[in-house]
This record gives sequence, structure tokens and C-alpha cells, in this order.
Amino acid sequence: MFDTLSTKLDAALDKVKGRGRLDEKTVDATLKEIRLALLEADVNFKVVKQITARLREQLVGEEVAKALNPSQTVIKAVDAELTRALGGAAVPLDLKGPAPSVVVLAGLQGSGKTTAAGKLATHLKSKGRNPMLVACDLQRPAAVEQLKVNAKRVGAHVYAPVTSGDPVPVAREGISKARETGCDTVIIDTAGRLHVDEVLLEQAADITRVVGEHGGVVRTLFVIDAMIGQEAVNVAKAFQDQVGFDGVILSKLDGDARGGAALSVREVTGAPIMFASVGEGMEDFEAFHPDRMAGRILGMGDVMSLIEKAEETYTEEETAKAEQALLSGDFTLEDFLDQLQMLKRMGPLQGLLGMMPGMSKQLKDVDIDDKQFAHVEAIIRSMTPRERRDPKGVLNGRRRKRIAAGSGTTVTEVNRLVKQFAEVQKVMKSAAKMSGQQGAKPKGAKGAKGQAAAMRQLQQQMGGGGPAGMGGFQGLQPAPRKGGKRR
Amino acid sequence: MHTSVTELLAIAVTSIGPDVDPLLVVIGAVVLAAGLLGRNAVRSRRSADDTSSDSAATDVEEPDTDADGGRGDVDTVEDLDVPRVPDTPAELLDDRLPAEVEPAPEPLTLGERFRRRLTRTRNVLGSSVVELFGGGVTEDAWEGLEEALITADVGVTATTELVEELRRRAREEGATDADAVIALLKQELRSALGSADRTLARAGDEGPTVWLVTGVNGTGKTTTIGKLAAVEQREGRSVTLAAADTFRAAAAEQLGIWAERTGAQLVRKDEGADPASVAYESYDAARSNDSELLIVDTAGRLHNKRQLMDELGKVKRVLEKQAGPLEETLLVLDATTGQNGIAQAKAFLEAVEVTGIALTKLDGSSKGGVVVAVQRELGIPVKLVGLGEEVDDLAPFDPELFVEGLFGEL
Repeated sequence: MFDTLSTKLDAALDKVKGRGRLDEKTVDATLKEIRLALLEADVNFKVVKQITARLREQLVGEEVAKALNPSQTVIKAVDAELTRALGGAAVPLDLKGPAPSVVVLAGLQGSGKTTAAGKLATHLKSKGRNPMLVACDLQRPAAVEQLKVNAKRVGAHVYAPVTSGDPVPVAREGISKARETGCDTVIIDTAGRLHVDEVLLEQAADITRVVGEHGGVVRTLFVIDAMIGQEAVNVAKAFQDQVGFDGVILSKLDGDARGGAALSVREVTGAPIMFASVGEGMEDFEAFHPDRMAGRILGMGDVMSLIEKAEETYTEEETAKAEQALLSGDFTLEDFLDQLQMLKRMGPLQGLLGMMPGMSKQLKDVDIDDKQFAHVEAIIRSMTPRERRDPKGVLNGRRRKRIAAGSGTTVTEVNRLVKQFAEVQKVMKSAAKMSGQQGAKPKGAKGAKGQAAAMRQLQQQMGGGGPAGMGGFQGLQPAPRKGGKRR
Repeated sequence: MHTSVTELLAIAVTSIGPDVDPLLVVIGAVVLAAGLLGRNAVRSRRSADDTSSDSAATDVEEPDTDADGGRGDVDTVEDLDVPRVPDTPAELLDDRLPAEVEPAPEPLTLGERFRRRLTRTRNVLGSSVVELFGGGVTEDAWEGLEEALITADVGVTATTELVEELRRRAREEGATDADAVIALLKQELRSALGSADRTLARAGDEGPTVWLVTGVNGTGKTTTIGKLAAVEQREGRSVTLAAADTFRAAAAEQLGIWAERTGAQLVRKDEGADPASVAYESYDAARSNDSELLIVDTAGRLHNKRQLMDELGKVKRVLEKQAGPLEETLLVLDATTGQNGIAQAKAFLEAVEVTGIALTKLDGSSKGGVVVAVQRELGIPVKLVGLGEEVDDLAPFDPELFVEGLFGEL
């Protein structure tokens, strides 16, 4: 079931465990799996070849570090290589220069330019800029209207004088309008165009040229759909050759595509991926993090983003409380309810749990649904504090009936929750005991260890066949966060 | 510390046995997630405190409250002194109508159009196959063929199986030159594409035919509907278009422009309205204005968003309550999409029982290989292809032509 790259690598490397260095045969066996993983993630065929060739060079003869097993060593190297190939660190959009600075958005039809324009405006506003959106998509019906609405939504200025004709003069006028209005940034939305349409590519090039005439900074951003397949390479190359761009916006990254296109585009154009569009809201737009994308392409979930999201959502007291509850050995329905609330604030639970590596697949059959949580929640809320602390001890038939009536559920459902929760509780308790026996270590370290033990037990309880392949993840350590902040 | 974090993660990725109560999994998952995230938030916030002099408060900086991208109120914007933009579809239409609706002087036949549009595709896949097997049916040639198919977005699994089957047949049937192998390849591709009914279903005597159009964001739903409406109206069938995309800005305007261009009726509500209610009213409207066809446009939605998929399910249910089973539920798939196309098709199939696929943007250099994979794996037939920007560039999908188009010049 646990069908991820690390399992496959473990299988491929099974024979070599304990050996000191990776030999050619071993490396080739693992590279085969890595190649497959990358192709399934839509990384371009040629790019895959380049990457696996580089990896081969690195890995053959590589010593397996003491702390790691061979597959961990390989994954660590793959992760590092992908992160490097994706650009290493996040590259900010540099708009310093005499006002107005101009951002031109270009890309295929349906890649999300008009939406990105609104999102970028939001982003720049939060950085203290005063953006103006300029409507130069005069092809698609109502694209101008869409940009106007987006501008209104995010509270940005908009210049949209016409809905048809030549966009080049509109771009030119947009600059002077921005200057008159005191806008320091101009965001130009252009029509979607095919990368094989020379005429329209030329027009896009004209726009970028014209807006550069005022002498300010011009940055062209190429918007590309995270779901795009092998063609990403040709598309990016055509836009780079004929229009030119300084950075990339990866759109629709909130889908479940692994997004190998990011790697392809970066590899063939060298242009940095600057932003990722991660949701339907205008604020769902963030700096692109190569290190996290690497894990995602390899099919290992985007955990750092989750953690960051948690960071923004939880207060310190809440997290401390949750931690305490988990480790005290006295984990009650009350604590569980708190956790449920915390998670819910981060978004729909299904999506959230789906973001955890591998989880999405596991939870598919289970059909986690926010409605289901609502039932659980209703049942717990219909309990008295005492009942929440000790449901098994306190609940008799009458109480169960009352709770079922109060929560609009059935006694069977109440029983089920109580029973299943008791299972979880048992695990948490024995884990807390284990961590307690480890002596007086600093709280954090003990916490982590105890929790890990608890999780492991819980996992077995949930019917797992042991932590197969989990070793692989240890190689994928999240890079230390710089400053720990995003904005 | 990091190791323990990743270890937790690894454990979170658990194998779930078939006999376990799903509720246990649900509870377990919440506990795992809460524990994991909580811990890391604390840890990471702590380390942030170590490395910067900022207070923890800056860490949880609220997003700019202006940035209300949702369906809420909008900020008032200082109006600029700029020329007025026409607001109604009619006004928008004025500028562009003439050039757009004029029929092409010499319409190409479907086959010609298909071939012409696929030229670019053919060059990549078709010619490379000839080159590959030109030097004989060698191991390198097979590997090259695999590469060509993967590059065409057919996908690793489908490609491997296709090529394996081909090799077996080539061996058994003694195909020793390029022509023989290409003939086999064509056969295999054709059989992978199946022989499903690809016509768009229509209602009998009763009530309007209903086609529901779905898909992820930016695949070309509205454009496809516009083209469909144009074809239907021209063939003398009256059409009502329902703007049940109430989410994306100006989506209804975009559909409205198509309605005006094609002479179709339009049912729309304000942005943010319940899409199911738009669908509901549109069916009544289509009945009362005697339309033969109702095409319902829906908001683009990523297939992994449960709530949005539920919303789509509701739109369909509401329609079916009135109309009975819908004649078509179409999934619009962008031909540039990679392997995620399969996930999309799966999710939409599950949510609304997709009956056919419209494959759009096949006029780029994208090869549409995703079609092969989707049809093979899920059996959803491709019914329409979008071959270009003009109204007439929507064509019925013809597997023979498609395969011929791929290898037409051989």
C-alpha cells in the first residue's frame, strides 16, 4: 500500500544494506526508480535524463553515511539535486528602480494570467506597493472585465480602456496612467497565446519592449500551469526565445499534480520560479520554495508548507497545550476536540490530511469528509466535561442515548466513537509511559521522541504492516528554515 | 530534532488494513496531524526566535485584510479618469462580432482540419518513429519508441504496456521493418482508444437535451461551450446557455458574449450565487423558451477539492431532478496536461459520472497522449477535440483520423 518512492528504493537497495559504498549496479537500480518517479511527475524526458546522469556521477562510489541506510543516502542526494536544479533558494521579484516598475504576465491560454495578476497585486500591496493592473488581453471574451473585477476585489487600480484591438498602445498608455495616478507598479495582463503562434508571440514581445521605453524596471513573468505535461519544455523555450522572461509563476499548485513541469522549465530556461499560486483566494499566492517542491515532485508531500501554514494559524499556547495533551498520557476527548478545532482553522480537513505524504492515498478509501468530522464533533460537544474525560467509565445507556439525541446521531455512532477513541487513548498512554521512562531530558527532545513512539504504535494500531520504507524519509530532512518567516 | 520530525511524517504515512474501522483512521489521522503540525509549529517558531530579534508576533502576521480574494465585499477603488469600458456583453460584442462570425470562405473538411492541426504533433511523434525503426527493429528503436510515447504524455505505465505488447506481437508476427512495426503501432493505439460511441447524446421528444460541462480551471470550458453553441445554432437547434460558473470573475460575461455571438439564450445570476440554483432556473428557462439544448457551464475546480466537487455533484443532482439523467456530462481536458489528466478524469468520473471528454488546445504542439491513457484506464471516450481558436475548430473526435494524423505522412 505504501507505494512511494522510498519503498521502491528500499526494495531496490535491499541487497546492499550494510555495504560501505554504492556501486554502479546499485546506483543504476535506484536511478531506474527515480527516473520513473520523475517521469510520473511530468518532468520532461530529456530533463530526467540530465538529472539522472548527474545523480549517477554523484552517487557511484558514494559512501553510505553511518547514520543513514543506502536508500536514505540516495534520497538525500536526489532531494539535494532536485532542490539545486529548482534553483536552491527562493528568488524574490526585484522591482527596485524609478517608478513605475512594470511586470508583464505572459503564458499559454488558461494558465492563469488574469488570476495571477490579481494575486500578484495583492502580494505587492502587502509589500507596500501601489499596483495598477493594465488590461492587455484583448482576445478572450470578457478577459478585460475579469481583470477589472479582480482589481476591485484586491483594491488595486486598473486601466482598461478598450476590450478589443491592439494591446500595445494600451500597455504604453498604462505606464503614463500609472505615473499620473501615483502607482509605482504596473501589472500588465496579456492574452494567452500558443507557443507556436509566432504572430502573437511577437505581439507579446512588442508589449515588453514598449513598456521598457520609459526607462524603468520591466520584469516579464511567465505563468505556467503546474499540471502541464512534457510540453512544458517546448512552451517555456518558445516564450523565452521569442518574448523573454525573468521569472516564472507556477499556477494551480493547489491541485494534486506533482508539478514536474517546474523542474523542466527551470532546467531549460534557467529562469527562477518566483511564485506559486496555491488556492482560489486572491491571497493564496506565495514565494516559491525549491526545497519543498523537490519533495513534492518525488511524491513525498509538501510538508514544509503545511507546517508553515500551521505556524500562521496556531497560537503558541495552543500548540503547547496540544503537545502537553499528547504526552501527558491523559489524552481526552476534550483534547481531541481542541485538535480538531485547530486543524479545521487551517482549511478543509480532507485537503489538509491529503497534503501529508502518502496520506492522500491512504485516506481515499476511508472517505474523510468534513461532514464526518462534524458528527464526531457534535457527539463530543453533547458530552459533559466529565464524560469527555472518561467516556468509558461514566457513560451508561441513558447517557449514551442523551448524547445521541443531543448530537443528532445514533447510539451506535456514539458507541463507535467511544470505542475507537479508547483504542487511540490506549496507544497514547503507553507511548507517554515509554517517553517518561527515558528520563529527564529536555522537554522538547523528550516530546519528540515520545510522540514518535506514540505515532508508531498508533500506526500499527491502524493496521499498518510496520513502518515499511519509512527510513527513506529520514533522508529528506527539511532544510533549516531561514528566519522562520515567510512574509 | 529534524529526524524526529521526518520520522513522525513517515509514521503518519501508514498502511491501513482493510478491517480497521474507518473512524479509528479518522481519529488517528487527526491526532497525527495535530501532533505533527503542532510540534513543528512550536519548534519552528522557537527556532525563529533564536535567529531573529523579532518577536513571535511577527510570525503570525495576518494577511493583508485588503486582500479579500473571496466572494466577500469589495473595497471601493478610487476611480481613475480613464475611458469607459463597455460593461454589457452587447457592448463588448460590438467591436468584435463581424470578424468572428463570418464563416471561413473555404471550409476545410474535418479530416483536412484534423490533419492540418496535428501536423506539429505528427512531426514530433510520427517522423521520429520512422527514423527509429529505419535502421531495423532494434533494442534502441524500442527504447526510442518508449521515449517518444512518454514525451507525448502517454504516461509511463501505458507506454510500457503498449510497447511490451508491440514487441510481443512484432516477435510473433515477424515484423522486421519499420512499416510493419508502424502498422502494428497504429493498430495498438487504435485499440487503446477503443471503439466507444463518440456521438453526443440527445434527448428524445421530451424536454431539452442537457449537457453539463465540467473541468479544472483554465482548460477551456467556456470557449468549448461557445463553439458548441455556434455549431448547434447554425444547425438550427435552439440553445440555452447556463452560466453556473458564479465564482470566477466575469465568467458569466464571457459566456454572455458567446450567447450573443451565437444567438443562444443566456441564463445567469450574480457572481457568488449558488450554481445549483442557476442550473435549476436554466432548465426551467430552456423549457419555457423551447430550447432544444441546454448547455450548463460550471466553474473550474481542481479535482482534489472535495467541497468544490461536492458542489458540482449538487449542480448535477439538481438538474437531474428536473430533467432526469443528463444526456452528457463532459469533462474538458487541456491537451497540454500531463499525467495529472488521469487523476482529473478519475475524480470527475467519480463525482459526476463523466460521459465524455472534450480535449482542448490540441492545436499547440501538445500531442494529446493523455487521451490514450485516460481512455485506456478509465474508458471515458473522447468525444470532441478543440483544434484552434475559431468557432469551427471544434471537431468530433475520430480515433482513426487521430491515429492517421499522428502518422499521416509516413
